[in-house]
Amino acid sequence: MTVRIQTQDFDIGVELERLRRANPKIGAIASFVGVVRDMNDGDAVTEMSLEHYPGMTEKALEAIVVEAKSRWEIIDVLVVHRVGVLQPTEQIVLVVVTGGHRGETFSACEFVMDYLKTRAPFWKREQTPEGARWVDAREVDDAAAQRWS
Amino acid sequence: MEQTELPGVAASGARTVTVTILYFARLREALGQSSERLELPVSISNVGALRDHLRTRGGAWEAELGAAKPVRVAVNQDMAKPGLLLADGDEVAFFPPVTGG
Repeated sequence: MTVRIQTQDFDIGVELERLRRANPKIGAIASFVGVVRDMNDGDAVTEMSLEHYPGMTEKALEAIVVEAKSRWEIIDVLVVHRVGVLQPTEQIVLVVVTGGHRGETFSACEFVMDYLKTRAPFWKREQTPEGARWVDAREVDDAAAQRWS
Repeated sequence: MEQTELPGVAASGARTVTVTILYFARLREALGQSSERLELPVSISNVGALRDHLRTRGGAWEAELGAAKPVRVAVNQDMAKPGLLLADGDEVAFFPPVTGG
């Protein structure tokens, strides 16, 4: 399991190859990439900044990965989350799950993202033409996490 | 003779609890600070009581930590409920619902 918080971008090709070559038992790789949009709640977003709680972030993400491994037959999980200032079209987060077969890796990948969105201490602040604002938590994210419990 | 103060023990001999409090995101901005160390009054034993106590500072404290506000609390980097007891040296963090991913 690897959890990384970083300001720099990531290369999904490099990350997938590294995981794929690490274990010949891998038969499936599921991945998710979250991206900065140029629009939110009807307003143009020109820039986004991400704040986090160093220490707790890693702890929370590791707990989510441990939970995923206990629920599904999977081989490895990688989570990379960026912090700092990001522009529209930039990558924010990467979750990769490797396993023997696709069903378990798809489910585990979705689970990690749903739990990350409601449990990992990150906060987004977006810049709009009307000024900067903190992004509010969304109920649909709570509902998405709830369905796994 | 000079009196030496032991950690967690006041000059009077009573046990004291000092915590580090962290504020993040909207809360950090509204309260104008990211952290503080606070020796808790003896009447404050848990997370909920600490939130109530901070609210008595008035102004932004009262507005941001009000009961209707969706404030989350973590103690020693684990999510905490209002009834969780506080111990000397604890790291207590107040923040809004998370919005990563």
